[in-house]
Amino acid sequence: MKPMPAWSRRLLSRRLAILPPFLWMALFLLVPFLLVFKISFADLRFGIPPYTPLAQLEDYTLKLGLHLNAYYLLFTDSLYIATYLNSIKVAAVTTLCCALIGYPMAYYIAQSSPRARNLLLLAVVLPFWTSLLLRVYAWVGILRNDGLLNNFLLWLGVIDTPLEIYRTDLAVYIGLVYAYLPFFILPLYANLVKLDRRLLEAAYDLGARPFTAFFKVTLPLSLPGVIAGGMLVFIPTVGEYVIPEMLGGADTLMMGRIMWTEFFNNTDWPMAAAVTVVMVAILLVPLVIFQRNQLEQMNAGKGGGDAA
Amino acid sequence: MTDNRSAGSTWSADADEFVRVEDVVKIFGDTVAVQSVNLSVRRGEIFALLGSSGCGKSTLLRMLAGFEQPTSGRIYLDNEDITALPPYRRPVNMMFQSYALFPHMTIEANVAFGLKQEGVPRNEIHERVFEALDLVQMAAYSRRKPHQLSGGQQQRVALARSLVKRPKLLLLDEPMSALDKQIRQKTQVELVKILEQVGVTCIMVTHDQEESMTMADRLAVMTEGQIIQCGTPQDVYTFPNSRFVAGFIGSTNLFDGRITVDEPDHIVIESDQLSRPLFVSHGVSEPLGMDVHVSIRPEHIRVLREQPLVEGNWAHGMVSHVAWMGSYVRYQVRLDSGFMLEANVPLMVQDPATAPAVEDEVYVSWAADSATVLPS
Repeated sequence: MKPMPAWSRRLLSRRLAILPPFLWMALFLLVPFLLVFKISFADLRFGIPPYTPLAQLEDYTLKLGLHLNAYYLLFTDSLYIATYLNSIKVAAVTTLCCALIGYPMAYYIAQSSPRARNLLLLAVVLPFWTSLLLRVYAWVGILRNDGLLNNFLLWLGVIDTPLEIYRTDLAVYIGLVYAYLPFFILPLYANLVKLDRRLLEAAYDLGARPFTAFFKVTLPLSLPGVIAGGMLVFIPTVGEYVIPEMLGGADTLMMGRIMWTEFFNNTDWPMAAAVTVVMVAILLVPLVIFQRNQLEQMNAGKGGGDAA
Repeated sequence: MTDNRSAGSTWSADADEFVRVEDVVKIFGDTVAVQSVNLSVRRGEIFALLGSSGCGKSTLLRMLAGFEQPTSGRIYLDNEDITALPPYRRPVNMMFQSYALFPHMTIEANVAFGLKQEGVPRNEIHERVFEALDLVQMAAYSRRKPHQLSGGQQQRVALARSLVKRPKLLLLDEPMSALDKQIRQKTQVELVKILEQVGVTCIMVTHDQEESMTMADRLAVMTEGQIIQCGTPQDVYTFPNSRFVAGFIGSTNLFDGRITVDEPDHIVIESDQLSRPLFVSHGVSEPLGMDVHVSIRPEHIRVLREQPLVEGNWAHGMVSHVAWMGSYVRYQVRLDSGFMLEANVPLMVQDPATAPAVEDEVYVSWAADSATVLPS
């Protein structure tokens, strides 16, 4: 074999280096999704697997059967539409709550001394050391009618009858905000801690009071962090299954639960697959926004570096 | 805090006095950043605080801006005590080191920011912003973002932003440090022209003595949180009051010696580093026998091939390095005592054909009025 020139060897080794992650993504994300995509166009039948094949050879005739009934049902049955809308609403409200609670927390951590910062960050990620399931069970114990919270409030004398929280939308929100808050705080913290203090001083120097300086300088400059955190909360919350299942009532409609029901209770694989495909399509919109935000940040950083 | 204006103070009353820093001390934890600084700056003056990093000059500037509170002492601006005022209520604006332009705002919005905080009407804001941008010749860039500008352009925008509010006092924090060396000198002169055109009183901080001498009307040399000498650049250069100042402002040759003769018109100093005695013609108040330092600037030293015929103020040595600096030649001469002496000889005086070269034996000499005696 002829020896390769150095530049071409470098190029090859670079390509080899990104090959494993590409393979990983193709094998465990793209292929499964294409399988699901295929199933969503099949029809229901009894047997193994419980759906019709897309192509069939019969009497020397290749029969292609693209069944759209799952999608048809999806866009006509008000249950599915309501579920989608409700999932998006739940995700949006959760993201908003995470922003309102998480922003002050991230801000406070970023303002702390480096020593205190590490401790506070540890406190933020500490819940991850326990399984999510266990933590959600703990919330069941807290929110139940005879749970910790109600017993405490009854003991205080604030209420006479237990508050109905468990198995309501409120319980789902509490669980979701609790579980996803760290995902909002961490990227926002990473943004806020990088904020140049001199920009704030410049604002004070030009006559801005601390309050104004925050809204005119800190907040706009931390927006990329807010968007990153918001996406990390919003995207998984839309398809969340465990928390609405364990804390929500029977009427808490979420995509994750619908999928579960279609797959395991109704054994309607094409329907479950169609629900999934549409959900992915819906989530692509915020994902594209997220990607563009990341890209813009990178470009802005590059531009600033050139000028300095 | 007590008002010590009437106490025995170190500054002289000055009709033009505009900024007064009075016994200001700043302590961070257990380090004293600024210890008992007194300073008086006149109206319309460009004043430089000069010192190496960690000398307290930046802390002093930050106290003038209001970002730090003095541990004790007062700061007056135009006869008003501003010590306790927060930065957003001081008629003081600062041009930050590396400028601190708001990256998310256009150039126009950056300059307009301060006026908006003041509640200036919209059309007046627009007028004044463009007046300020015209002053620094940046009006054409008003729609750009800071990262689209070069370092020099960013600096001019930062200057416009700090001047647009017409502050009583302008603070410059290392104004040239983010610029390339090539454009610094040109920028220094331009900046001074603009400041003089506006007529604003200005205090700048720098570690670059050339910068302070180019730009400032007066300067104060700081070290270890204290001002050790204050005066015009010329005064401080010609009459440094200590070894530190002599070495910090320009380069110099410093000899250690002792006063052996004290006559009305001159003194004689013996130094181990010189084989011949030093004659210093101008009056020195130090007593006989006292250990002193003598500073002789490189440009006051002549390099000769023949031995001078006078009794003192010369030495014998060997050229160890020659550098052609363009307008002058820099010689390093190793004296017989081992002392490494620096001499700058103008090319007008030095004929390149006959100039001493490395390893040539030479005599160095200087005039009796060019040596400065430093007590500390």
